[in-house]
Amino acid sequence: MVKGKKNKLLIQNSITYAMVILFWAVIQGLSAGGHVSSLMKGLLVPLCIYAILAVSLNLTVGILGELSLGHAGFMCVGAFSGAFFTKCAESMIPSVGLRFFFALVLGAAVTGVFGILIGIPVLRLKGDYLAIVTLAFGEIIKNLINVMFIGRDSRGFHFSIKDSLSLGLEDGGEVIVKGAQGITGTPRAATFTIGILLLLLTLVIVLNLINSRTGRAIMSIRDNRIAAESIGINITKYKLMAFSISAALAGMAGVLYAHSLATLAATSANFGYNKSIMILVFVVLGGLGNIRGSVIAAIVLTALPELLRGLNDYRMLIYAIVLIVMMLFNSSPKAIEMRSVMMERLKGKKAGSESAAKEA
Amino acid sequence: MKKLITLGLTAAMVASLTACGGNGGDATTAAAGGDATTAAAGGDTTTAAGGASADNSGAGAEGAFKIGVIGPLTGPAAAYGIAVQNGADLAVKEINAAGGANGVMLEMNAQDDEHDPQKSVNAYNTLKDWGAQAIVGSTTSDPCIAVAAETSNDNMFQITPSGSAVECVAPENVFRVCFADPDQGTASAVYIGENKLATKIAVIYDSSTTYSSGIREAFVKEAANQGLEVVADEAFTADNATDFSVQLDKAKEAGAELVFLPIYYQEASVILKQASDKDFAPIFFGCDGMDGILTVKNFDTALAEGLMLLTPFSTTEESSKAFTEAYVAAYGIEPNQFAADSYDAVYAIKAALEKSGVAADADFSTVCDAFKTAMTEITIDGLTGEGMTWNAAGEPDKAPKAVKIVNGVYEMQ
Repeated sequence: MVKGKKNKLLIQNSITYAMVILFWAVIQGLSAGGHVSSLMKGLLVPLCIYAILAVSLNLTVGILGELSLGHAGFMCVGAFSGAFFTKCAESMIPSVGLRFFFALVLGAAVTGVFGILIGIPVLRLKGDYLAIVTLAFGEIIKNLINVMFIGRDSRGFHFSIKDSLSLGLEDGGEVIVKGAQGITGTPRAATFTIGILLLLLTLVIVLNLINSRTGRAIMSIRDNRIAAESIGINITKYKLMAFSISAALAGMAGVLYAHSLATLAATSANFGYNKSIMILVFVVLGGLGNIRGSVIAAIVLTALPELLRGLNDYRMLIYAIVLIVMMLFNSSPKAIEMRSVMMERLKGKKAGSESAAKEA
Repeated sequence: MKKLITLGLTAAMVASLTACGGNGGDATTAAAGGDATTAAAGGDTTTAAGGASADNSGAGAEGAFKIGVIGPLTGPAAAYGIAVQNGADLAVKEINAAGGANGVMLEMNAQDDEHDPQKSVNAYNTLKDWGAQAIVGSTTSDPCIAVAAETSNDNMFQITPSGSAVECVAPENVFRVCFADPDQGTASAVYIGENKLATKIAVIYDSSTTYSSGIREAFVKEAANQGLEVVADEAFTADNATDFSVQLDKAKEAGAELVFLPIYYQEASVILKQASDKDFAPIFFGCDGMDGILTVKNFDTALAEGLMLLTPFSTTEESSKAFTEAYVAAYGIEPNQFAADSYDAVYAIKAALEKSGVAADADFSTVCDAFKTAMTEITIDGLTGEGMTWNAAGEPDKAPKAVKIVNGVYEMQ
């Protein structure tokens, strides 16, 4: 029986991986034939970014069962640390690809550390304190970066929270982080293939974590904290582990984001509270704890407003309606009932026709 | 847990609703603008024989030169994007009614970028699919930098009406109509210094926008050369742009004779109101973002009396009267500087098209190569400057005009 369960799990996970790889292959095939529009080509990297964000947030919200409202904040930390590294190491590592790789590692590591720092005090508590603290964290990070000026000249790095004049740079010095303007001129190294590879990496990490001994411990905390505690599970440790992994993956998505655009500024449209909510909407609509659902929801909901561009002024209205309809379809009891009735009917018809065929 | 998520989702829904609500005002103007557009387009087809309608549906005449416009048509910055869309629309219609550029009709398509760099790139890609041969955009600075990197990669000609950050025109295929931020700051300091308006200056600026902090930085730098003393230098951010009493108190205590406001007019209207409540009456001096302050709803225009601003465009100027009338007739609102900028941008494209003599059906890369040289050779008497020329770096050469508000109207200085 245990073996059967394992097999089922393997099949389920393989479907998820296969889905992503198939998506990649189809797009590659189509673009080789020149059938992919420029809009779609431009959307491919963002699709990967949001899929990674949704999967990583699902680890916190769906698997760990803690609400996090600061995922965009972690993305912001990753984006800025990654872009900062890429700009700084320009002379040391001339290869853009190599710099991008190190930026990814660094961005994920820095964000993971931030995740731990935030998690240590908060995850010891019972209740929904994490939601409040992460919400504040996201806003603080955004505002902090908006007043940060970092420059570099032959004497080393200079830091100011006032303006770039007070950095006191020598002639020939370069301002790397320019307050509200952020970092400009990051090489656009992110490609669709890299995005898909990172999405696969995220899926491997999250799916394997869920189906491991550690993952079962994490889920036991979600389902019944007291029971988990009573059998000797170290609650804080497992919570912290899941949360920091989730943060690090968000940081990685942030680095990808920073390298897909020539400009990176911490505005509320990019990394604000609404962005965090948007990622949460992907997770909830895709199904809590359902990793494959997160990927699908993220891709559909990111692409939809762009594909609706033909509707001009009405597109955001339609988008909102689609969100509501999807939510009702997924979780309203009536809709679930209706769905099961429909399924039974379909099955019944099938069974009926099969038996009819047998009789004949 | 579930409850909280429901709550979170409800919050998200409410947020999106309020976002819609926030757009309500803009949406109505947009709708009104849209109506007017269709009406005007209807009229146009009768006047311009075979005239390409500037409709967003993209169903235009064969062989029309396609111009893509990018700007925030929804969201908090929608006022700018809609103005840019309308300005370009008006210019396209005028040019087509007058027989086009060397007989070539123009066609326009505007795409929304929600003032987000990523969305702006998406908008650009949409326009590329539509077959755009030149881009007027992006309206705002950060999205413009992102799009400039893409157009430079594709070799697509781009002219931004209002992307004022230095980096916007860094690639050689990108030009702009407005002033660069540092130029405005320097020009303001020079103007104040040369006209001896004051020596003790306070600056109140928005540290969370590139526009405001860019101008302020250049202003403070140049103020020292002009013998001006910056006695108070106070920042606010977009998140707390409702109460300025702390900043005003500091300026007042420091004895500022002039308050420099390199910010947009919405915040400036609040500052003027609060300053008058405090009986603080220095000279207020703004930049082009201040243009539009007389149109703020529920704002007592008497408060803006004596306000000076450095702007390339004003609706009351003799040269912009015809434009203002046509604009009001078509879209039902007063044009602002953004509309004038994009109007000039389209005329610059027309001039470049005539100068270079490039074929209307040329691919965008050919157009771009031809325009890069043509842009440096043309001269335009636009709304935002007489005898405007461009250098190879993409910067316009025009003189800023100082304007003072007297009896509720602009008076040229």
